[in-house]
Amino acid sequence: MDSVLVSDDIYVRDTVRTAVKILVVGHFAVGKTTFVGTLSEIRPLHTEERMTQAGALVDDLAGVPDKVTTTVAMDFGRMTLSEDLVLYLFGAPGQRRFTQLWHDLALGALGALVLADTRRLEQSFDVMTMLEEKDLRYAVAINRFDGAPTFPDAELREALDLLPETPLVHCDAREPASSTRALIALVRHLLAGDDQERA
Amino acid sequence: MTRRRHERALVRPHVVTGGRAHPTRNIFDLVTLMIVAYDDDLSDLSPEKHRVMELCGGGALSVAEIAGHLKLPVSVTKVLLSDLVDSGHITTRAGVPGVDAPDHRVLQEVLNGLRARL
Ligand SMILES: Nc1nc2c(ncn2[C@@H]2O[C@H](COP(=O)(O)OP(=O)(O)O)[C@@H](O)[C@H]2O)c(=O)[nH]1
Ligand SMILES: [Mg+2]
Repeated sequence: MDSVLVSDDIYVRDTVRTAVKILVVGHFAVGKTTFVGTLSEIRPLHTEERMTQAGALVDDLAGVPDKVTTTVAMDFGRMTLSEDLVLYLFGAPGQRRFTQLWHDLALGALGALVLADTRRLEQSFDVMTMLEEKDLRYAVAINRFDGAPTFPDAELREALDLLPETPLVHCDAREPASSTRALIALVRHLLAGDDQERA
Repeated sequence: MTRRRHERALVRPHVVTGGRAHPTRNIFDLVTLMIVAYDDDLSDLSPEKHRVMELCGGGALSVAEIAGHLKLPVSVTKVLLSDLVDSGHITTRAGVPGVDAPDHRVLQEVLNGLRARL
């Protein structure tokens, strides 16, 4: 760990000029909060957005009766990666009805890490489709849960209908090194795509 | 094994596009870094804006972090911040969408930073 860079308080270091974000997405209880907490240098923060049933964000605390709103939570953490650069990790549910929140999250994101659980792979389908619609590139990290069945990667790729170049990694969201490696797989993929676009 | 993802394409629910007409203030990205620009005269500010100024007085924070610390929705925080930017109290340091479009150099720096943690 490069502890020199880690802020000892809640604030971003004075030298930082660039802030980027990566989304950590997946269904309920797949490990999003755990993943963000494992890697964040700050105590992870949490916000709750009120949305209308139609999916619009409510940006005025008054005026909209509670009955017609619903809340969606996201949690996020921060990694200072160089003197100049911080990376934010946003853990968020991939629910289609939260259109506006999803738009805000996707805007300017480098890419997304999709966490998946082999006991319920089909619950990852929706969020993957949404990322594809948003043109956000992603990698898939299978979180190893105790007692979860294991499958050969080829079978997992087929079930998830991954493109050949989409990274598929295995990870334990409770482990910093394992979680870091999952992010590295994603960023290497983003860099490779970048090279292709420039070529 | 679970069924394949694209078998679902046949029954995939239609995209919900509701809420588009809502006037959103996309001045800031969630990770736009905000700093205090002027804090000599806070007398006209609402209690919520005072809280923003107090928090931001300590150093730079992203829009999302300000919302998290103040326990306010991001959407509400953005409205407070855009008012405070208009009144000259708060300014942005980095991360404005479009200005800091992720490029190859940034991705490489992210990769290097992550590798340095292993
Ligand atoms: N075995 C195992 N358990 C995990 C892993 N990631 C998360 N968990 C556990 O799974 C539960 C749900 O995780 P959480 O992070 O709250 O999921 P979220 O709903 O996606 O935010 C918690 O009890 C975690 O401790 C993992 O990689 N392996
Ligand atoms: Mg969670």
